[in-house]
Amino acid sequence: MGAVSPQAARPSRSIELPYAAQFAAAREELPGHDLSWVTSERDAAIARFSELGLPSQRVEDWKYSNLTPLAKTDFTAPDRKAAEAARAEVAERFPKESAAGRLVFINGMLDGPLSALEELPAGVRVLGLADAMADEGDLLKSQLEAVPALNGHALAALNAAFMADGCLIILEPDTELALELLFVAAPDVGAVAYHPRISIAAGAGSTLALGEQHTALGELEYWSNPVTAISLGETAQMRHYKLQEESRRAWQTALTKTRIAAGAAYENFVVATGGRYARNEIKVVLEGAGASCELGGGFLLAGEQHVDNRLRVDHAAPDGTSRQTYKGVLDERAHGVFQGKTVVHRGAQKSDGNQLSRALLLSPNAIMDAKPELEIYADDVKCSHGATVGELDGEQMFYLRARGIDEASARSLLIAAFMDEHLQSVADQAAREWLQGAVSRWLAQHLSVGEA
Amino acid sequence: MLEIKGLSVSVAGKEILKDFSLSVAAGEVHAIMGPNGSGKSTLSYVLAGREGYDITAGSVLYRGQDLFALEPEMRAREGLFLAFQYPVEIPGVGSATFLKTAVNAIRKHRGEKEYDAMEFLKVMREKRDALGISEEMMRRTLNVGFSGGEKKRNEILQMALLEPYLAVLDETDSGLDIDALKVAADGINALRSPERAMIVITHYQRLLEYVVPDYVHVLADGRVVRSGGKELALELEEKGYSGFTGNAEAAA
Ligand SMILES: Nc1ncnc2c1ncn2[C@@H]1O[C@H](COP(=O)(O)OP(=O)(O)OP(=O)(O)O)[C@@H](O)[C@H]1O
Ligand SMILES: [Mg+2]
Repeated sequence: MGAVSPQAARPSRSIELPYAAQFAAAREELPGHDLSWVTSERDAAIARFSELGLPSQRVEDWKYSNLTPLAKTDFTAPDRKAAEAARAEVAERFPKESAAGRLVFINGMLDGPLSALEELPAGVRVLGLADAMADEGDLLKSQLEAVPALNGHALAALNAAFMADGCLIILEPDTELALELLFVAAPDVGAVAYHPRISIAAGAGSTLALGEQHTALGELEYWSNPVTAISLGETAQMRHYKLQEESRRAWQTALTKTRIAAGAAYENFVVATGGRYARNEIKVVLEGAGASCELGGGFLLAGEQHVDNRLRVDHAAPDGTSRQTYKGVLDERAHGVFQGKTVVHRGAQKSDGNQLSRALLLSPNAIMDAKPELEIYADDVKCSHGATVGELDGEQMFYLRARGIDEASARSLLIAAFMDEHLQSVADQAAREWLQGAVSRWLAQHLSVGEA
Repeated sequence: MLEIKGLSVSVAGKEILKDFSLSVAAGEVHAIMGPNGSGKSTLSYVLAGREGYDITAGSVLYRGQDLFALEPEMRAREGLFLAFQYPVEIPGVGSATFLKTAVNAIRKHRGEKEYDAMEFLKVMREKRDALGISEEMMRRTLNVGFSGGEKKRNEILQMALLEPYLAVLDETDSGLDIDALKVAADGINALRSPERAMIVITHYQRLLEYVVPDYVHVLADGRVVRSGGKELALELEEKGYSGFTGNAEAAA
């Protein structure tokens, strides 16, 4: 049942796109166009993208992702007026609930009035990318240079060419910050594309909790192509949680690149229920001894949804620990992908790497592709991987139904149990409940079960 | 209450129940005894609506309705309860959540007000105390890590909360120690009433000393080979099944 690649017969490894022309038209209007280094970076990026093109399935990294339909839609740049017109609805639908600071982006553009950054702790800076381009050119430049480079990645290049907004988060050593980012897609004239850039530098010994929510006002068609670049200093700690609840007609191609210094720890957990197509690509390099990363994801999909988890962890120093644990629930014709790679480089002795993919198929037409890979160039390591695909247990279903619980509720209980067990790995309780919320919303909507 | 007529059931092409008939009136307790593999659990599963059985002949009327026309959850809501011989473990589903969901599904069906969390806890605590089930057990996930006896007691607790019209107890006594057996029997007897009926499947006379049946049926090779009063259970205990089955099959 693997997706058939329409490109398979073509010699080209990429798909033709109109973005170079679009870029030429927008070049002089993008934020920061008056900074010469920004413009020359953008020029270089669009040249790189034109060379690379949109990846086809013949590129190993994109093997399970058919981006052809993405090329068929004429995405345009979002209009600020349309975003502002949606402000009241965004405020009403997504009220600020926690004490943490929050940045709100509508169609990728920072919305000042909805964002709240009361009293950041000393030594912490949070600023919008467009604002930084206007007032803090030097800071932006040094910041972009400090975080990992994104060469060679076509969609990251497109992001670099078109990036108009996003944010910079800078933590001086030993500081602490909790922050939320809300990305909302709002109606515009047509289908819009936006390319947020989030750049994070957490100094030695600092602690950052970042919660991201990606959602939409209705079943809109759009393309969100966020790039997040993270640099964690020695013994820094970052908890990075994300709800991907994009519209069922949306495309999301998210790339996160994280470098981790000695003794630092990065935890990432994504719950994904949205998107027609959503890619969650995370690249982590454990650069210092004893660095660790814990990557987790839970996805619940139906219809023709496709979620592609592409993980890569490089153990470049000894005593590193990495976990990749992704669990999915797939109904109807949904397609889930786990493509995880752990590379242990020469000298990265005593590395401990683990990969696990588990899927629950609710329909015979749902597909899960799991491809865990280990590449090991050191001799004293502990690495393991596994992948399982199963169905709901018939005995358990019958037991529940024999107690008067209808089929949909019984399924819901078992699916919630499957995801709950996974979410227990999220240490922070408030974050765990926040992530569980997305699971409950999906169950309520998809299985149309009322409150039990 | 229940009218089973000429029921024949096959599993994987093998006939397990053969022209089985049984009539249970409200207020009655029927015991079914029989050797291993004679089809007792098959009967209980077919009544509860488990998949995988071919009903090749016969009919079952339950409180005036064609039982086979009802989905398993509808049978339960209409007051049919099966205490499983092997209760199923469901990791990740909390025992209390499960019980509350089940009780409210049934209350809703009966047109009764659903319990809120507080009301439910109160009702559950009463029934739980009566059966000697700890609060800690209810905080665990369903049947996971329960001992054999704890699982059986949990079945009785469910029955007590769901207040069925017809309870089918499939070897609820096996795995219970002597004290637990008395507690379970008290739980079962508490539900006996002129509006309710029970089918008690057991291998042992002992349970029937506490839950005294009106009728005892011997099932062998998918058929009722003999029916009688409670003294039949004693006779079985003495002689074993060989005298009834006509071959060398012995009681467990
Ligand atoms: N799914 C199945 N596939 C094949 N055979 C089955 C299946 N289920 C039951 N059987 C067979 O049907 C027969 C009756 O089984 P059943 O469980 O009803 O017996 P029982 O009377 O409850 O036995 P026990 O006293 O051991 O509980 C057995 O021979 C059993 O092996
Ligand atoms: Mg049995």
